[in-house]
Amino acid sequence: MLNNKIPLGPLAEKWTNHKFSSKLVNPSNKRKYDIIIVGTGLAGASAAASLAELGYNVQAFSYHESPRRAHSIAAQGGINAAKNYPNDSDSIYRLFYDTIKGGDYRSREANVYRLAEVSNNIIDQCVAQGIPFAREYGGLLDNRSFGGAQVSRTFYARGQTGQQLLLGAYSALVRQMNTGQVKFHSRHEMLDLVLIDGEAKGIVTRNLITGEIQSHAANAVVLATGGYGNAFFLSTNAMASNATAAWRAHKKGAFFANPCITQIHPTCIPVASSHQSKLTLMSESLRNDGRVWVPKKKGDKRHPSEISEDERDYYLERLYPSFGNLVPRDVASRRAKEMCDMGHGVGETGLAVFLDFEDAIERMGKDVVVQKYGNLFDMYKQITGEDPYEIPMRIYPAVHYTMGGLWVDYNLMSTIPGLYILGEANFSDHGANRLGASALMQGLADGYFILPYTIGDYLSGKLGEKASVDNDAFSKTETDVKNRIENLLSINGNRTVDDIHKELGLILWENVGMARNKSGLEKAIESIPKLKDEFWKNVKVTGTADELNPELEKAGRVADFLELGELMARDALNREESCGGHFREEHQTEENEAKRNDEEFSYVAAWEHKGDDLTAKLHKEELVFENVELTTRSYK
Amino acid sequence: MKVILKVWRQNNAESQGAFETYPVENVSGDMSFFEMMDMLNDQLVLAGKTPIAFDHDCREGICGTCGLFINGRAHGKIRGITTCQLHMRSFEDGETIVVEPWRAKAFPVIKDLIVERTSFDRIMEAGGYVSVKTGGTPDANAIPIAKRNAEEAMDAASCIGCAACVATCKNSSAMLFVAAKVSQLALLPQGQPERVERALNMIAAMDEEGFGNCTNTGACEIECPKEISISHIGRLNREFLKASLKG
Repeated sequence: MLNNKIPLGPLAEKWTNHKFSSKLVNPSNKRKYDIIIVGTGLAGASAAASLAELGYNVQAFSYHESPRRAHSIAAQGGINAAKNYPNDSDSIYRLFYDTIKGGDYRSREANVYRLAEVSNNIIDQCVAQGIPFAREYGGLLDNRSFGGAQVSRTFYARGQTGQQLLLGAYSALVRQMNTGQVKFHSRHEMLDLVLIDGEAKGIVTRNLITGEIQSHAANAVVLATGGYGNAFFLSTNAMASNATAAWRAHKKGAFFANPCITQIHPTCIPVASSHQSKLTLMSESLRNDGRVWVPKKKGDKRHPSEISEDERDYYLERLYPSFGNLVPRDVASRRAKEMCDMGHGVGETGLAVFLDFEDAIERMGKDVVVQKYGNLFDMYKQITGEDPYEIPMRIYPAVHYTMGGLWVDYNLMSTIPGLYILGEANFSDHGANRLGASALMQGLADGYFILPYTIGDYLSGKLGEKASVDNDAFSKTETDVKNRIENLLSINGNRTVDDIHKELGLILWENVGMARNKSGLEKAIESIPKLKDEFWKNVKVTGTADELNPELEKAGRVADFLELGELMARDALNREESCGGHFREEHQTEENEAKRNDEEFSYVAAWEHKGDDLTAKLHKEELVFENVELTTRSYK
Repeated sequence: MKVILKVWRQNNAESQGAFETYPVENVSGDMSFFEMMDMLNDQLVLAGKTPIAFDHDCREGICGTCGLFINGRAHGKIRGITTCQLHMRSFEDGETIVVEPWRAKAFPVIKDLIVERTSFDRIMEAGGYVSVKTGGTPDANAIPIAKRNAEEAMDAASCIGCAACVATCKNSSAMLFVAAKVSQLALLPQGQPERVERALNMIAAMDEEGFGNCTNTGACEIECPKEISISHIGRLNREFLKASLKG
């Protein structure tokens, strides 16, 4: 049975008590432990630096040339904390409540409360590092508001908050690299996890420049490898973002939780052609002033300026008079898709809706709009060639974040002893829908303030155990990794890696995207394994194993996405309810809103890998709500 | 539209490189420069040839991974953008486009258009941080900072470490990169305790990596995708001078 290790006691005392009752490693013993950290984005870099500061020997790995390239850097909006600086009645409890409600009651109370509790420490830490957050004239920190909250609790650094926070964590990390307490392996990709007697004891990597396959041993392994949004091919993720480390760990015994729960962000620049390689997010903040509309007449291809006011349908304002254009992400996305499916979509493809600033420009003047959104308007113009001051933006939802991920207990340990999962790679805190400005908060909470307290409890029992690659488990895993690479290179078929990846993306987008139903999901479960067969028979990967070979790197990742994609569909089929980012068409209210089924589905679906040709086994972790009352979200 | 690419091909750091020419048909103006390269690479793969290796990741101008010298300009001719934000509508039908990697002693070519920029990380290791450990920090609002200083620090902090400044500088100087970090922390109270050591150590690390010096041509500020001003180099020089006198 899954033991989530949630401490007993009142909600507000759980973390404090847990920290006290967790076993410690004394300072002079910490240097006897080696810890491997894979991924050096917000979660990985903050963990690596913090553990090294404590005295552990850290080996950090990234497929990037530098930790500063991680995709955490692209987060625009901000980071939440319960500081209550604006005096608007914020509190730890309110941040906890908003997050658990925003997640549509599919996350753990204890985890979310702890997240809210450490949120304030994160801001203190980041300011001390010299992160130039936005300030008021008096010199104190400024806050802004974000979706899903009625208080202003978001700290920000222009539209580059993720960049500044990552560079802060990176600066702490390079300081430890300089002292030698962290050994950083750049351009090394983890290709498998090594278990000894069922516990995580190391990894096997490929040096992306030389192709060398290497073993690395440690007393514990930490994965902070991000989400799997790129399974869809098109997403707001970076090109290299992938699920390989997580999926390899899954196949070695780590359960995968809620894989179907993905976040589709409503305001992205729409797909222009089949050559599109990625999608670009336009910050959620645009919905503060922009008005979303489509032509009332189906297939109306006239220039928007020729479509008069009474021929337009401002559908969000019509359907949700009180929240209007500011409904949460999942609702806004689904409604845009619905309008396009009914034939009201705009642009060449018909897969877009307008986001119009005409009224905002008239109300505030162009200067104010330039000040507030200038950089976003420029970015839009650069990509589409259209000037949003003159013609409404065209937007469409895109895959953005994955709430699902490897299952972890309260200590952030997976079902494999000694394997910890941080940040977007775990499933723990966002339930079925993540609120804006909460991803940065969770990544840094995990790395700075949670793992350093929980990992000692495991390590203290391993005193005297020497990490060593001198074990058959390492050589066997190395052989597996090499064989797989040889396989990929020997197929020499007729389709490129991207071509097959695009086909997988389309299957997932059509059937496991914004709206899902039984027949579509069954179709996906049938067609993805066929595509996997096609991949292993007909993919073409050029080059050799012992050189820099980007096609080979992509091939390994897509092979894993093909397996994960099937599990996403299975999980979505199993979850016979709608919640947050998971919308099952069969389960909706008369007004087309998501209908949860708390009686039967108030659980975390944790999947166990049973073998390549066998169906994954479902384990359920019941969610217990002792502090909040489960209600239906309404934004009418 | 159609374009003709003249691309630098080089097997690895040791081998000799050379330009190769590739005509690319059916290019649409809405494609990004990299999407055009993706299309060409797919064609090369299917023909059994080695695709062109180039660095890229976020494709939205923030990670700093990409960087090509296009027709003699770092990140192409449009100001204020990275290579990944460049679109094909910026080129003429039939145009010949010359594509090269960053060229600097401190950035060896790994393959084709990919260079090694870990020298930047080593400069950062020498002092690009405030030495605070996790935990035990004061309340965030206990450190008031004048808005104009915070804003100017943010201008500097927006550096993405792409190294266009080095690539475009005739001296291959990394002064704008180093200045961005030194200036950011010099403007903030958090940076004061280590101000002297930071300036000295980062400059020393920069010299050790084989970057050149600044002769104030200002090319770096023109090619910087984040439009970081060379006034930060001015501050770096003052910091260095003061530190040298104190140190």
